[in-house]
Amino acid sequence: MAVPSNQHFFIDPSRCIGCQSCVQACSECDTHKGTPMIHLEYVERSISTQTTPVICMHCESPTCAQVCPADAIKKTEDGVVQSARKPRCIACNNCVLACPFGVPKMNAGWELMTKCDMCYDRTSEGKKPMCATVCPSQALFFGTFAEIEALRPRSRPVNEFRFGEQLVKTKVLMMVPRGGLTEVVDVTAAMHGATPQRTVHLDLMMSGVFANAAEGK
Amino acid sequence: MRIRAEKLKAAAWGTFAAGVLLVAIGMGSRSLAHFDAALVAYTFATVFATFGIIYRYAMWLQRPPTAMYFKRGWQVFLSPRFLMRNLAVWCQRLVLTFVFNAFIFRRGRARWGAHWLIMWGCLIAVAITFPLVFGWIHFETVPGHLDRYRVYVFGFGMDEFPIQSLKAFILFHGLVWAAILVIAGVMIAMYRRMRDHGAAAVQQFGEDFLPLILLFAISITGLMLTASYTWMKGYAYDFLAILHAVTVIFTLLWLPFGKFFHIFQRPAQLGVAFYKDIGQRTQQACCKRCGEPFASLMQVRDLVTVEKQLGFNYALRPSPESDAIHYQEICPKCRRALLALAQGELRAASTGQQRWQ
Repeated sequence: MAVPSNQHFFIDPSRCIGCQSCVQACSECDTHKGTPMIHLEYVERSISTQTTPVICMHCESPTCAQVCPADAIKKTEDGVVQSARKPRCIACNNCVLACPFGVPKMNAGWELMTKCDMCYDRTSEGKKPMCATVCPSQALFFGTFAEIEALRPRSRPVNEFRFGEQLVKTKVLMMVPRGGLTEVVDVTAAMHGATPQRTVHLDLMMSGVFANAAEGK
Repeated sequence: MRIRAEKLKAAAWGTFAAGVLLVAIGMGSRSLAHFDAALVAYTFATVFATFGIIYRYAMWLQRPPTAMYFKRGWQVFLSPRFLMRNLAVWCQRLVLTFVFNAFIFRRGRARWGAHWLIMWGCLIAVAITFPLVFGWIHFETVPGHLDRYRVYVFGFGMDEFPIQSLKAFILFHGLVWAAILVIAGVMIAMYRRMRDHGAAAVQQFGEDFLPLILLFAISITGLMLTASYTWMKGYAYDFLAILHAVTVIFTLLWLPFGKFFHIFQRPAQLGVAFYKDIGQRTQQACCKRCGEPFASLMQVRDLVTVEKQLGFNYALRPSPESDAIHYQEICPKCRRALLALAQGELRAASTGQQRWQ
């Protein structure tokens, strides 16, 4: 069985509410009982409560697999990069350090790398990954292009990312504003983005309240 | 062109190893004087397996990351400053990792039980079978003492014992004990594969069941041979001998291709452990974004080299805001945040706002 070709994984970090549902659902999987493969990260903890779920993006040419000295990371024909093969992984940490998205986890006790495999036991049988089934805000969405277009008319999916000079194409897609011209998300450009400020202005909700209060309404 | 050169090199190593084995068989059996011609099929299967294993191993060692670890592993192990300490730690790790499979014990008790029994069963069987097949060990009755056996190793008399002794019983049934260990291990592994939902979800026939079936087939046909000549007056012995030979030869021929190849890859775990040891004791790489140490500087630099050899180019464009020159200088935690930040930048740009406002 293979992941149905019309089913795709879409991530939208800006929709994440940090509820941890994905983490709990992931850890329920029988293949890695009690240990979540998904990361839920604070983006800039000192200044913001924004969180982001990080799953394996399943690169077309996975850096993790190529830098593995034990040849322990394999990609299926339908493009899913599998977790390290248990008999082969020698726990060297190369994949952890090389993955441009920071996905693989090293379990030092087991001497084994583990990572998100898009719930291959489920997706290869036409089911959705655990995290996507429980995500209440649909920051993690698994479905067809038609479904995501209907749900997010102002966004569009992209699957090409730039890290310095390296272009990485992935199986998983990220939602970006529809109006933007970019076809490639320059990830490393965000590294030097606007200097984080100490004050967060919640314009959308608060500005109206304060304006009304100032006017005595 | 490079691939062709690698294949030629690997084939040369494979041929060399197979040649060395053939010479060792010739010498060890005293010019085939003690070589059992009935076992010639086993011998050729072993010679082919040796070629295949060394060929694949040599191909594997030529992959850039493997070559880097192979070189570095020996460098750090043989470093004069740490050699004595490394030797002591090597002994400790050999016992924990290979004798007791401690890391598999931490992965799961059933998995460990299955692996440990199968591993020791196979090691005992290999230690008995190959020297016998190659004629390196043979037994002869002691002249004038028909109730005693003498053991010859590479043609040299080494030991002597009565035929009707406990030692003889244990020694001559060595393959029976090995088969019992393997069958017990295979049973545990099969039980786990049939009952464990996690294992069932990802297992494959060729990778996970075929090795168990082969090990079981070898062991059970071997036991049937013993049962045939011990209790059944040699009933169907010839058929069973051929059946046993078929299972063993198939497994030997399959050794370089399937799951069993991990037996030869696995020792790399020891080299990697020393690489990590020295990495912890030497300078750490600090993330150029958050400033936190996240890995050994040696590994980060080695990875940059390996990535370049593999055709990746994660070099960063010069920026006045950072002195980072390579993406490898950014820690995994910051990388996980960057994707969301990049999306935020795009959203901010599309609405004309600045991020964090």
